[in-house]
Amino acid sequence: MIEIKDLHASVDGKAILKGINLTIGAGEVHAIMGPNGSGKSTLSNIIAGRDGYTVTKGSITYKGKNLLEMSPEQRSWEGIFLAFQYPVEIPGVNNTYLLKAGVNAKRKHQGLQELDAIEFLQIVREKAKLVELDQSFLSRGVNEGFSGGEKKRNEIFQMAVLEPSLALLDETDSGLDIDALRIVANGVNHLRSKDRSVVMVTHYQRLLDYIQPDVVHVLMDGKILKTGGKDLALELEERGYDWVRQEAAA
Amino acid sequence: MSDVKTEHKPESFTNREYEAGFITDIETDTLPPGLDEDVIRHISAKKNEPEWLLNWRLEAFRHWQTMTEPHWPNVTYPPIDYQSVSYYSAPKSQADGPKSLDEVDPKLLETYAKLGIPLREQEFLAGVAVDAVFDSVSVATTFKGKLKDAGVIFCPISEAVQEYPELVQQYLGTVVPTGDNFYAALNSAVFTDGSFVYIPKGVRCPMELSTYFRINALNTGQFERTLIIADKGSYVSYLEGCTAPQRDENQLHAAVVELVILDDAQIKYSTVQNWYPGDENGIGGIYNFVTKRADCRGQRARVSWTQVETGSAITWKYPSCVLRGDDSVGEFYSVALTKMHQQADTGTKMIHIGKNTSSTIVSKGISAGFGQQSYRGLVRIAKSAEGARNHTQCDSLLIGDKCGAHTFPYVEVKNPTATMEHEASTSKIGEDQLFYCQSRGISEEDAVNMIVNGFCKDVFNELPMEFAVEANRLMEVSLEGAVG
Ligand SMILES: Nc1ncnc2c1ncn2[C@@H]1O[C@H](COP(=O)(O)OP(=O)(O)O)[C@@H](O)[C@H]1O
Ligand SMILES: [Mg+2]
Repeated sequence: MIEIKDLHASVDGKAILKGINLTIGAGEVHAIMGPNGSGKSTLSNIIAGRDGYTVTKGSITYKGKNLLEMSPEQRSWEGIFLAFQYPVEIPGVNNTYLLKAGVNAKRKHQGLQELDAIEFLQIVREKAKLVELDQSFLSRGVNEGFSGGEKKRNEIFQMAVLEPSLALLDETDSGLDIDALRIVANGVNHLRSKDRSVVMVTHYQRLLDYIQPDVVHVLMDGKILKTGGKDLALELEERGYDWVRQEAAA
Repeated sequence: MSDVKTEHKPESFTNREYEAGFITDIETDTLPPGLDEDVIRHISAKKNEPEWLLNWRLEAFRHWQTMTEPHWPNVTYPPIDYQSVSYYSAPKSQADGPKSLDEVDPKLLETYAKLGIPLREQEFLAGVAVDAVFDSVSVATTFKGKLKDAGVIFCPISEAVQEYPELVQQYLGTVVPTGDNFYAALNSAVFTDGSFVYIPKGVRCPMELSTYFRINALNTGQFERTLIIADKGSYVSYLEGCTAPQRDENQLHAAVVELVILDDAQIKYSTVQNWYPGDENGIGGIYNFVTKRADCRGQRARVSWTQVETGSAITWKYPSCVLRGDDSVGEFYSVALTKMHQQADTGTKMIHIGKNTSSTIVSKGISAGFGQQSYRGLVRIAKSAEGARNHTQCDSLLIGDKCGAHTFPYVEVKNPTATMEHEASTSKIGEDQLFYCQSRGISEEDAVNMIVNGFCKDVFNELPMEFAVEANRLMEVSLEGAVG
């Protein structure tokens, strides 16, 4: 699905990613853990195509194509989705309207007929049910006045509608109560299939109780210092991160 | 749902790269440049006006000569030579005014069709009557018959002077006196045409009324005068639209609009202003110096001004409400866009005189490129205005970092029972908002449009349905290339 090779990236001349190597196959679920400020959001943002980062070295190949050459919207059309750590509010822009524009832009790109309002509304209603998002959120401004948890749920709702091939969830579980966590996990598990991949950035083992990862990575100091199975997450929860660094230095 | 699209999508006012910029090649009867009493006598004679009106004009002119141009607006432009402007231009074929649509010069019909305003009734938007003003004269008014059946008068003001002189004399200049300000005095002296509307007692006007202003002739000022009277218990929704050809010379537009609203009556006045804004280097464009005022003379009278202003090189405009009658209500909803080198100083005045009067101001300013925009507003609560209320919301959105937004809110409260609320914000279209939309598959340009339209929503919602769709589109077209 995606192959990241020796990725170095900086912001304002400050090196943040210092040689990331990561390969994610179709159908796999990977978790990325690591202390604050280690570069997890930077990595997610670079994959999604955010401006402001300079890739100084390395490559990202997605479905056989050079990802770094694509605009963020092209990446979205090709199936990349980022659930933001901090979703922004866009006052006055109807939530459903934004999504419909996105879905139809993608369909146009794929040479498919655009969905009309009624067809789209059907899809949206169904997906809203999946993440237990009240219908009233559909017609509100994008994230306008949503609580933290509602914003996160809205991200998962958008993911469900856009049906990406590679979903990046950047701390979607942070700040969620247990019910919301279950709902979010449900949405992700629903999406799981043999030709879709998921990357979950998280600090907590508890999300991984709901969504079983195939691989767990530890991102520290701009590098992936350790990779393991889901037991690694348990170990991190127990022992913290310092030992990983020591082990890597040894 | 916001997804609902009307089948009928009028293309008027909005055109890529200012497509309204074409020139109609038509023979005109144009006065040479210059302004003196003879010019005014000439205009008055052309229109076969009664003595009182000529005298009214001359009085305004004499007053104007003693006045100086206002320099307090936050705009800059080279001095205007009022003697180099022509004060009258009319298509020759229209000299005596058309008797019916069949007599309208086909070239004019074509001009309006190109602008998306078909004047043949069967082709026009159902339920909208149009008065088309071309340079100094009205060239066609549609649906006159149907309106007459309802008792509604909708005609060029020059015709009203002939047909309903007592109504015109009773109300003209009573809302905006001849000496009110420099441009209003000039307009009073030389106004050539515009619309006249009278809605009789208890009548709900059966259709939207609209006037479409078109400046065509070179070097000609447009000085239209609109007078709308809503008699007791009546209602009317009125819309004006404006375009002009793309020319390198600046052109002057100084209109006066007077609204009179009696007991329990309501006027909803909407404007979509897309005068030629000048080019990307700031060459050309319309100087738009306009006085608009509504007088809520009766109890429970209501008025709302809704404006979408995307055109003009310079805008100087403060649609105002005088809330004289007890429990009268004034509203001002405005979206103004300044891009390239456009400058706008716009806002409103709410003058509370009657008891329990209330007013709402929602102003949304968008600046892009080198655009400069000022919101200037006055809320005055007179001593007599027991229990008056005002809510003001004034938001600015900046696109890029070479443009500017300024706010000048003035408040004068002479009655302690007044309730005043003021909210203001200035924001930039954020990189984070754009990226968010893009990551959902929306191009940067569409994302900007979406964000701007979201920002304007509270105002667009006040427009009649067809025009809200159009306002959205006008915004999109106007913003094309504004980002990047
Ligand atoms: N736009 C930016 N400008 C300056 N520094 C940044 C920017 N974005 C991220 N950083 C820095 O890069 C480092 C990694 O940040 P981030 O990727 O957000 O970490 P994480 O998501 O792992 O907590 C931090 O030191 C952060 O301060
Ligand atoms: Mg982060």
